[in-house]
Amino acid sequence: MKNIEPLRHSFAVQRRVVGSLLMREILTRYGRYNIGFLWLFAEPAMFTLIITLIWHYTRAGRISGIPITALAITGYSSLLLWRNIVNRGKHAVSSNNAVLYHRNIKILDVFLSRILLEIAGAVTSFFVLSILFIYIGWMNPPENMLKVISGLFLLAWFGASLSLIIGSLSERFEFVDRLWRPISYILFLFSGVAYIVEWLPLDSQKIILLLPMIHGLELLRDGYFGSCFTAHYDLFYISMCNLCLTLLGLLLVKVAGRRIEAE
Amino acid sequence: MIVVDNIVKSYRTGSGKNIVLDRISFRITKGEKIGILGRNGAGKSTLIRLLGGIERPDSGRIEQTMSVSWPLASTGGFQGSLTGMDNLRFICRVYGVSIKDKVPFVEEFSELGRYLNEPVKTYSSGMKGRLAFALSMAIEFDCYLIDEAMSAGDARFRDKCRYELLVKRNDRSIILVSHDPKQMRSFCDTFYVLLQGHLTRFDDAEAAYVFYQASLQN
Repeated sequence: MKNIEPLRHSFAVQRRVVGSLLMREILTRYGRYNIGFLWLFAEPAMFTLIITLIWHYTRAGRISGIPITALAITGYSSLLLWRNIVNRGKHAVSSNNAVLYHRNIKILDVFLSRILLEIAGAVTSFFVLSILFIYIGWMNPPENMLKVISGLFLLAWFGASLSLIIGSLSERFEFVDRLWRPISYILFLFSGVAYIVEWLPLDSQKIILLLPMIHGLELLRDGYFGSCFTAHYDLFYISMCNLCLTLLGLLLVKVAGRRIEAE
Repeated sequence: MIVVDNIVKSYRTGSGKNIVLDRISFRITKGEKIGILGRNGAGKSTLIRLLGGIERPDSGRIEQTMSVSWPLASTGGFQGSLTGMDNLRFICRVYGVSIKDKVPFVEEFSELGRYLNEPVKTYSSGMKGRLAFALSMAIEFDCYLIDEAMSAGDARFRDKCRYELLVKRNDRSIILVSHDPKQMRSFCDTFYVLLQGHLTRFDDAEAAYVFYQASLQN
């Protein structure tokens, strides 16, 4: 028990620090005027809402047996979930230089607070929109809630680990930011927002399933409307990818931490 | 007590390695007030950052058995869009102290009036300096690190700072770095001059000053 005491203390400090950074982040990002921190989920919700409405009215309900609203909302919410987390990782450190003056605040805490905030926003907007569309009868309630939550968890984890990598690399090399933009756009096209894996030819399926986030999205959709299609995912594969990315990300954060100079 | 043992710190620059601190050792006991003189670019702020745990030395150790503040600088290190009060709340949360208890002190000491609830980016440099000082006095430490601070305010404000630090917190330690010997004399009892990466100790302000002046001529 003796050995666990310092650990528990460190954990308490870290929770306090991440909590303080969260509050600070909400204030600096959304301010305290008009709807304030409600923007946190209003922002992603508006995006998903518009796309979903367009799809709903142009594609008449279903494509090859898949409910279109559910397809759009799962696709765009999952994309926003991991992509927003990664985007917020960029400049996480340089725009928080001032707080690194305090010895308890490490750059990992800065990343963690941004990641948690982004997850909260994207997941809230996903559930709020789901409830809205279920209520007006455009989609059915999820068939399997456990799969939905696991899918969101795996996607958020993927985003978080990638955020650590892109965030710490872009802090050191400016070109990483420039490279990330086209890459994220290409990933967006291939990440299954507008299709399910089953629709693809078998050869393409194999290639597309190399992307970890496809597995998370397919799991999420399996949870929502699994009875309408055959989902393709490998939980072991995405978990291993996430684990490797997380380890790499933590390593890069550690290296970046040594080079950071507070203002 | 803080023991600084043989620390080396260098930075990589475009034209090779620049050794800022070269095997520096000193110690500071509880209640001791030391001043470190050095011209611009001598590595004073680097030393303060190492003591504040913001950066790590390349080699050597810094051991501390007392709590050490963050480096108090007159420019602050504030997020411009947050108000002075937001910054107070943030500091209190990070250090786990009650916000309510600290508000009256910060209001009184910073003399910011209604500006305490305005974004810091609207402050003058003097106002920022007052807020920075008030915030670091709001959290109790055994040792305060001060980097050229108090040079921003006017004479009356400096008197208030002196009262907070030297009278009310007489038992605490201070490490003050500055290029201004006058200010240092009124705060410190041990003096060091930081020159070309090395630290020289003086027990007498006059001797430190003479040495420092001579270094400026070269």
